[in-house]
Amino acid sequence: MEIIKSGTTIDFMGKRGGAFIISGILIIAGIVSLIMHGGPNYGIDFAGGTVIQVRFSQAVNPADIRESLKDAGLAGTVQRFGGEGVGEYLIRLQTTSSDLEGLSAQINDALAGRFGRETFEIRRTEMVGPKVGKDLRTKGLQAIIFALIGILIYISWRFKFRFAVGAVAALAHDVLITIGVFSLTNKEFSLPVLAALLTIVGYSLNDTIVVYDRIRENMGRMRRELFARTVNISVNETLSRTILTSGTTLIVVIVLFFMGGGVIHDFTFALLIGIIVGTYSSVFVASPLVVMWEKRFPAKGAKRRT
Amino acid sequence: MAGMKSTFRWRLLLILFVLIGALIYCFPTLVRETPSWWPQFLPQDKIHLGLDLQGGMHLILEVETVKAVESAVERIKNDLKADLKKERIFSTYLDRVQGDKIEVVLLNPEVKEKFDVYRKEEYPRLKEIGATQEGDRVKVLLELELRYRDDLEQSAVDQALETIRNRIDQFGVSEPEIARQGKDRILIQLPGIDDPQRAKELLGKTALLEFKLVDEDYSLQKALAGDIPFGDVILYQKVEDPKTGAVRRIPYLIQDKTLMTGDALKDARVSFDQNNMPYIALSLNPAGARNFDRITGENVGRKLAIILDDNVYSAPVIRQRISGGEAVIEGRFTLDEAKDLAIILRAGSLPAPVQTLEERTVGPSLGQDSINKGIKSIIIGGILVVLFMIVYYQLAGVVADLALIMNLIIIIGVLAAFRGTLTLPGIAGLVLTVGMAVDANVLIFERIREEVRLGKPPRAALETGYSKAFLTIMDANVTTFIAALVLLQFGTGPIKGFAVTLSIGIAASMFTAIVVTRFVFDLVLSKMRVKRLSI
Repeated sequence: MEIIKSGTTIDFMGKRGGAFIISGILIIAGIVSLIMHGGPNYGIDFAGGTVIQVRFSQAVNPADIRESLKDAGLAGTVQRFGGEGVGEYLIRLQTTSSDLEGLSAQINDALAGRFGRETFEIRRTEMVGPKVGKDLRTKGLQAIIFALIGILIYISWRFKFRFAVGAVAALAHDVLITIGVFSLTNKEFSLPVLAALLTIVGYSLNDTIVVYDRIRENMGRMRRELFARTVNISVNETLSRTILTSGTTLIVVIVLFFMGGGVIHDFTFALLIGIIVGTYSSVFVASPLVVMWEKRFPAKGAKRRT
Repeated sequence: MAGMKSTFRWRLLLILFVLIGALIYCFPTLVRETPSWWPQFLPQDKIHLGLDLQGGMHLILEVETVKAVESAVERIKNDLKADLKKERIFSTYLDRVQGDKIEVVLLNPEVKEKFDVYRKEEYPRLKEIGATQEGDRVKVLLELELRYRDDLEQSAVDQALETIRNRIDQFGVSEPEIARQGKDRILIQLPGIDDPQRAKELLGKTALLEFKLVDEDYSLQKALAGDIPFGDVILYQKVEDPKTGAVRRIPYLIQDKTLMTGDALKDARVSFDQNNMPYIALSLNPAGARNFDRITGENVGRKLAIILDDNVYSAPVIRQRISGGEAVIEGRFTLDEAKDLAIILRAGSLPAPVQTLEERTVGPSLGQDSINKGIKSIIIGGILVVLFMIVYYQLAGVVADLALIMNLIIIIGVLAAFRGTLTLPGIAGLVLTVGMAVDANVLIFERIREEVRLGKPPRAALETGYSKAFLTIMDANVTTFIAALVLLQFGTGPIKGFAVTLSIGIAASMFTAIVVTRFVFDLVLSKMRVKRLSI
């Protein structure tokens, strides 16, 4: 069976203008959304705060939960967790309590006062103090930077610099769009999402590298061809691989997204976006950029040597 | 070709070694209970589950070392005050200021000289950080030597760690993890806790036990209105109505002079009175017993408040001198409350209050939910990928699927062998590897198809396919591996679990894709006359 017939030649290089416009729109929309929201919508891991997951024996009105918290002097948001009618809710508070016994007991009492002590179960409590949140923010940023540097060094070592430029641009593209989509859909940027982002950084390069490897190989064989044509042929030759490898990964991520449960929902959502965007970028961003870089800064001496 | 034959046996041995090793380590995890025929020398342990899967509590506490320093300075100040009086070194003012400093105002410069000599002799830990003359008087500001202060802070954290470990040991948690983190933080992991609230109350209490007298000479009403006599404080007793759960606070006017502290305790046990209500029986150590004998003797008829962390627990009237070194704390305790209080009193007080910096608690039911969903995702994702590979690559797909299954076995085996922790993101990592594990084989198979299209015979196509795809596979996996390693360095518990399964998965998938599938193909080609590759 074949998804992409061998000998397929789609003119990707010719279509790059349209692709750049699409990417540009996505990135700008994300950045605008980020600016309007004043940065990513940090979850408690990075911003500090409290999240409590409660399951009631039967569905209740979220407004009632909010009300009962308000009576106890706690301002928080309540959100349905999982499907409707499950009776599971996520309570978020900006406040944290440094006192161990503090907040969750208070919430427990507030809910018990309204709904009765036996009608609900607190399934998860997460409280991150502002100090830890700040630590994690710094460490998270460091992690992304270190990962990028490590990958850059590796790519520059294995390929020539102009390839590294394309690869890094594609990575920045993938990360920006994923963060942007999170901002646009108003999803929380949490520790697992950061982990997903790092995974994307590593994984979205896979496809790019497969294409680059082929370009490098073909450059030896097609010395007389225009560089842009060599790239285009290489992208076409590797197209079925690109789609298949991403496809199998996408299959399992989609399964995880729908069946993995609420706790890792955002994590799998980030992976989903990242893998789709990463595949797209290796064809439509990473490779055309190498061609454009070559046009602007042709390799010195012999016409093409890599 | 001859070379290939000779490596054939070695490759087979390597694959069998890895597969059997992994299976042996997997086995205890896959069965409910290791059967009796399972030999003792083989691994017995199931994979260790993270707190997010088995339920439990993760805490990071910070010891407020500043408070420990302050109370040390307070003690030194009290000693200094008494000593200066004794030595007739006259001061008009002596108190603790700015939290951790002592200010002394000495009568005149001559006294100051005398004071300096005395301080260097008897209080070498105090350092003068400023002296100003105002008229005749000399104002001196003192603080602790930096080294001594550091020692104090360090020992406060050490002692807090010890106390918390004691409390957890006595509370009875299986496999707790208690570790110091950084300078003044303590990491606590309590797996399988079913009453997190109770555990938190147990850990968070400073548990400073104090005995103080109730001031009955002065009107409580006036004091509550804001007119508190010098040297008194108002403290409260919390009384919970057992039926409604409503909490009442009863005020007491207390003389703020500590007569005795928890240091005097030898033991604390739960006992029951004639109504079968629990109370705490305290045994005092010899010094404590002598002290208690004197205190009760001097204050017969007055009320003695028993105070824990500024909460009054009870304030019984002293009816007679108590000489035996036994005391009781009554309160309207539930049995659990009484038990926990006894634990806290036995384990001793924290040298300084602790603050919660981070708390993550997962209930056991949610953990089980996550496990079920994770397993379901692996199975469904796995089946879809397996089917896809067979449909797309036919027999070669079957070979890739075998490699995929072996891949999962290796990951679980390695996790079990190296006592890695499986977390929920770790399961996600496992599912992700299922998708990624076939990537390498896809690369190889597509390459082989190309070679076949060029008209190469099966063996040559296979040969070229593998050798040409090899570097690409390396390059593509190394970048993901770099990202996983960074995550491993940086991540907290659950994320670390993800990074671990991901990195093991990458390594395992390269092994299975390059070594195992190649071996199967070589085996088939050497045994049968294959005209056309089923790929």
